[in-house]
Order: sequence, then C-alpha cells, then structure tokens
Amino acid sequence: MLAFLGRRILIAIPTIILISIFVFGMQKLLPGDPVLVMAGEDRNPEMIEFLREKYRLNDPIPVQYLTWIGNALQGDLGISLRTRQPVLELIGEKLPVTLQLAVMALIIALLIGIPAGVLSAYKKGTWVDWLANLVALSGLSVPNFWLGIMLILLVSVNLGWLPASGYRPLAQDPLQSILTMLMPAFVLGTGLAATLMRHTRSAMLGVLRSDYVRTARAKGLPERMVLVKHALRNALVPIVTVTTLLFGELLAGAVLTEQIFTIPGFGKLIVDAVFNRDYAVVQGIVLCTGVAFIAMNILADAAYRVLNPRMKDS
Amino acid sequence: MTITKTLALALTLGISASALQAADLRIGLQEDPDILDPDQSRTFVGRIVYASLCDKLVDITPELEIVPQLATGWDWSDDGLELTMTLRDGVTFHDGTAFDAKAVVANIDRSQNMDESRRKSELTSITAAEAVDDLTVKFTLGAPDATLLAQLADRAGMMVSPTAATEAGVDFGLNPVCSGPFKFVERVQQDRIVLEKFTGYWDADAIHFDTVVFLPIPDTTVRLANLRSGDLDMLERLAATDVASVADDGFLLMEQAVSLGYQGITVNVANGERAASPIGENSAVRRALSLAIDRKVINQVVFEGAFAAGNQPFPPTSPWYNKDFPVPERDVAAARALLEEAGFADGITIEVQVPNNPVQMQLMQVVQAMAAEAGITVELLAKEFATLLSDQTAGAYTASQIGWSGRVDPDGNIHQFMTTDGGINDSHYSNPQVDELLNGARVSNDMATRKQSYDSALAILQDDMPIIYLYHQAWIWALDDKVQGFVPYPDGMIRLQGVSFSQ
Repeated sequence: MLAFLGRRILIAIPTIILISIFVFGMQKLLPGDPVLVMAGEDRNPEMIEFLREKYRLNDPIPVQYLTWIGNALQGDLGISLRTRQPVLELIGEKLPVTLQLAVMALIIALLIGIPAGVLSAYKKGTWVDWLANLVALSGLSVPNFWLGIMLILLVSVNLGWLPASGYRPLAQDPLQSILTMLMPAFVLGTGLAATLMRHTRSAMLGVLRSDYVRTARAKGLPERMVLVKHALRNALVPIVTVTTLLFGELLAGAVLTEQIFTIPGFGKLIVDAVFNRDYAVVQGIVLCTGVAFIAMNILADAAYRVLNPRMKDS
Repeated sequence: MTITKTLALALTLGISASALQAADLRIGLQEDPDILDPDQSRTFVGRIVYASLCDKLVDITPELEIVPQLATGWDWSDDGLELTMTLRDGVTFHDGTAFDAKAVVANIDRSQNMDESRRKSELTSITAAEAVDDLTVKFTLGAPDATLLAQLADRAGMMVSPTAATEAGVDFGLNPVCSGPFKFVERVQQDRIVLEKFTGYWDADAIHFDTVVFLPIPDTTVRLANLRSGDLDMLERLAATDVASVADDGFLLMEQAVSLGYQGITVNVANGERAASPIGENSAVRRALSLAIDRKVINQVVFEGAFAAGNQPFPPTSPWYNKDFPVPERDVAAARALLEEAGFADGITIEVQVPNNPVQMQLMQVVQAMAAEAGITVELLAKEFATLLSDQTAGAYTASQIGWSGRVDPDGNIHQFMTTDGGINDSHYSNPQVDELLNGARVSNDMATRKQSYDSALAILQDDMPIIYLYHQAWIWALDDKVQGFVPYPDGMIRLQGVSFSQ
C-alpha cells in the first residue's frame, strides 16, 4: 500500500506543475488590465506605473511565473493585492469553511442518494423506482441559486427557523455553525444526491443481475444481507469514484451557493479575486484546489483496494 | 410598598441597562471592502466602514456644505495660497496617541509620499504642511485650490494614528487605528468587519451602539432577506426593484438620497482610430442619440422611479446644476432631423460597450429600443468590467456605458473628464474654451464665480456632448423600524452619530 501511494504521489508532481503553468497562463490570457482596476476610479498614471513595477508585471511572463512558483515552493503564495493579506493565510482561513460545507453537503447527498439508488434498483419498475427517479431528476434540474433563495425566504424570513445566511466558525459555536450551514449544505447536497442516486442505481442493477447474488439468494440468505453485504459492497466501487470526484469539486468551492448564502469560502473568494484581478489569490486557490483534487483521486484509488482486494494484484 | 417600588425601579433600570448593553448594530454591505487603510483603499464600501472608524478634518452636511469635524475652524489667506486650520482639543486616536498638528502633518505626508498611497492626486496642491502650534496647522499651496476642503472631507482628510502608521507601514490596513467613534476589532475577509465603541471618542454622547458589524452580502435579494429575518438591522443599496415591497413592509423603513455621481454613455471622439465613426466625429449624432432617449421612462422602467433622470455631470438637485438646460424631453422627430442634417438620413449603427451586469444591460436595451425609433441602431457589446475599462482607456471602443461615483466638489465630476489633459478623459475630448473655464473654476474660492464658469462650460458641453449623461443613481437604505435617527447623505455614507435603537 505504501509503495502504491508513493508511486501515485510521484506521478502527481508533474500534474501539479502542469496545473500551475496552466493557471498562470490562463490568468495572463484574461483580457483587461489588472492595474487599471487596482489603481482606483481616478486611474492615476503614477499609481498605475508604481503597481506595475511593484507586482513585477513589466517582467516577461516566464520570469513572472518562475518568481511565483519559486516563492510558492518556499510556502509563500504572495499577498492579496486587494487587502494585503497573505494568500496562504487566506487559504487557511477559507479552507475550514469550504471543508465544512463540503462534508455536510456530502453527508446529506450520501444519506439521500445511496438509499434512494439501492431502493430504486431493487424495486425497479415499481412506483418506488419512479418516485426515486423523479426526486433525483428534480434535484438535478432545480438550479441551486433558485432553491437557495426560495429556502431563505421560506425557512428564514417566513418561518424564522434558521439564519438567512452567513457563517459561524465550528470551533466558536458548533451548534450555531451547523445550523447556519444546514441550508446551503442541503441545497448543494440535493444536487449531488441526484448524481449519486443515478450511479448507485445503475451499479446496483448490474450487480443484482450477477451470478453470485443469485447464489447468495439460493443459499437462503436474508434479503437484507444479500442487498447490503453482497450487492452494495460490490456496487460501491463506481460510487466511491463518483463521490470522491464530487468531493473534489466541492473543495474547489461551490461558487453560486457560497455567493447566495454569503459563506466566506473558496468559491466566494475566487469569484471576488477574478473580478478584481487579484492574481495571487486566484493562483493560490486554484493551485490549492488542484492539489486537493489530486489527493482525492489518490484516496479514491486507495479506497478501491480496500473495497476490492483483487485490485491489489492489478 | 416603597421597597417593592424601589425593587421594581431597579429591575426596570436593570432591564433597560441590559437592553442598552446589547446595542449591536449589524449593517449589510453590497461588497467586501478592500484594504482598510484610508491612504490605500479605493472602494465605496470601504468608505462606509471609515465613516464609523476614521474621523476626517472636515465633514459635509447633506446639502454638501463643509462643516467642522477634527478641525474646528479654518481660514484662507487672501491669495488663496494658505489654509490655516484650528484643530479640536482633547482628541485621541484609538491607541491613545494624541491628535495634534504634528499628527496632521504626518498624515498629509503619508498621503502624499507613501508609495502605495492612492491619495496623491487629491492633495497635489499642498506643497507644505506645517504645525504652527499644537492645535494649529498651516497648509501652503502651490496654486489656489477650491477643491481642497472637499478632498479633506473624504479619505484624504482621514486622520490615522501616526504611531500605528509608522509601526505597521504599508500593512496598516490589517489593523487600522484612527480616531473615529468606533475602533477596529477584527475582520474576516468576505464575512465580517467588527468595530466596537471607542469610549474616548470626543463626541461619545452621540454614539449609541456598543458594536457595529459590517457584513458583505452581495446578493440584493439575500441582503433584504437577512434584514427581514432580523439578521441585519440595516442595509445599503437596496435594489430599485425592491423599493415597492419594502415600502409596503410595516416593519421596515427606507431612506434615500440622490448620489453625487452619474451614469452615461462616453463617446470616443478622438481616442485613436476607433474615434472615426459617425457618432465620434459628429456632435449632431450624439445630440440626436440624446434626444432619442426618454430619460424619465428609463428611470421608471429600469429603476422603478427610484433614481433621478439627468443630463449633466451633477444631479438636478445639486447647487451646481445648470438650470438653463433641464433634462430634455424625448423628441424623435428632432433626433431624426439632426441625423438628416448630419448626412445620415438612412440611419446609422453605433456599437456601445456595456458592463455585463443585468441592470446596465437592461438600461442599454431600453436605450437601444428608443434609439431604434430615431433610426439609430445600437449594437450592444457586453464586457466584464475590467475588460471594458481597459478597452476604454486604450481607445478600443466607439461608445461606452460607464459612470462615475461622484465627488463632493463639482470639479471632481467634470475636470478630469472634460479637460484636454484630464486623467480619465477617455473620449479625448478637447476644447480650449472648456479647459479655460474648468481650470478657472478650480482656483477660485468664490462660489458665484465658480458657478458661472461651470454654467458656461456646461452650455458648451450640451453642444459637444462627449458624454451623454443618462441618470443619477440614488442611494437607498432599508432599515429595521427600531433604528432611528439615520440621516441619508448624498455621498452614500452611513454616519452613526445620533443613530440608535428605539426602546
């Protein structure tokens, strides 16, 4: 297992370098002069030139890249041009927020998606299947921003049950923190649950038709045992893949959901940074989420080997 | 009996005291401010935070008159080259540093000389600042500058603690120390800025909150939902489309003030090759477009009547507005006649770039429909703001829908845009007569003389029309009905002096 992980991490290094070049290049391709935005409304030429010099924007692009990546390797991702906060500090501040939202959304998605998928595969063609599909489809097709605003109006404004938006750190007030995050996690989770439900259903359908399930039933095992221990466990491999990919996406920040519920996570940070051409912040976050995504993939691969011992040999 | 009464009284006092203790004001902002250093920052929302955090040398009234704040009085020398200010006695910064003439000199020096300072262009006229005694400061000017007091009523006049500024240098904004009614406690980017009452404030009696929390909530619907659910006490920039619903809400109050800024269409008249277009080369075409637009209808359709129609750099409510040129009525026939005269009887096509936000797009779609009826085909080119600005500066545009946030002194709304060497004259408009008038208005301290210069310049601009002014935004605040004493100002700031919760 260790050798496997080591190999995967080595392979990941060139990927991360490629990501960093890509992020940096894309930023430079963005139209619009960052300095014009930064200089302020009256666009004082002296200020513009000062900013160009200060942030070394007059250097050739490869030199700019090498300076940035060189500093990044030493743990210095630069400072936000907007607020002068170090990017690393910003990431440290936003990561727990996004992580909490991602974990809560994923839990909601798993709680809804997997049982619904299993049930609809097991009761294929019945009203249960139809109902599960209907719920899944609506989860996929209702836009997050609409559901979010509707929930805020219903749950916060009309019923007054939950805070309308905002964020409380988990360490400061755990209950309030979870309550505040409940609506956005639900909005995100229902969308993901639909995806998970569809994947679980098709994986389960395949497995339920297989010989060993028939054998298990023939042996007279209780149906619950057949479903959960024999069928679901084997169906889990593709579900794990989807789940980790979804989780990776969540870590990149749920831009719309964070914007609507005013959650100060990665998504909100990156949107603000792009519009303000806050280069260092955009680069830092994308690099960070890229690394997180790769880490999730490695974890998924490791999970397959736990779930399916045969993979150890391949 | 007496004991019961005393107990009851004590209890009531106790309850009201605890109610007073819990005076925490939560304000919803449309954006997250940038760095909280008055010398470096550039955002509007940042200035809203400063109104609670940093006092200025002078302030304005809602009628735009300059009034004392940290300076209690001032005198101009006869030649207009010296401004002497008397400072308020007994003022301290949040860190205990005394506010005196030396502190003012240090602040002016920081604004003028710190590399990162964005205030340099606002204070160019000051060539020397000198502490005459502890409470008297004298500014020497290179040339008379009528705009100086107005500059000192904004960020350039905000006084930061010289001790803290020297210590923190360019990172001062991470932990700002000023002398305003509230001091800085903490900031979580994109989440909150927390200030608490500064007990040593010189005007502490006017302050009735223990803490103020600014919460950036960009989505207007969500910002309003937070106010309705009681998670906010007030918010700035209510969407014009929500005005009716807030007016009908018995638990909410609304306050408005027409802003100092404007929105319009800037035309490229001489900025590179793209100026070679019918609308760039021919002022009659610009006047035709202007005549084709019904500004009152725009205000009704796009802004629910909440804003103010306009045709000059100053809103019609401003003392600087030239009343000889009222907001024109729409006149399609006259517009067509002008086009015909200019040799475009068959109509013309104009490309207008517009920021890709829904409100500005809607505005321009209405303009597009109106212009079409006069034979002017408007093609809209939606651009993300940074790109739009870049293209506009570089002259890569024919016409551009853009605005200006506005300044207290009229000079700030017109000089940089309309003079030949103006720093943000993106249309490259140049008229020696206008230059002379606007440069003249800058150096006179006599209001009547200035008004005359602006009136004459505006008359010329009504003909040349490098910018087709359309409307003036209104600042709209929505408040919980327990908030009392809030006074709307045309600069859009939230001044908390005198504001409190009703019991």
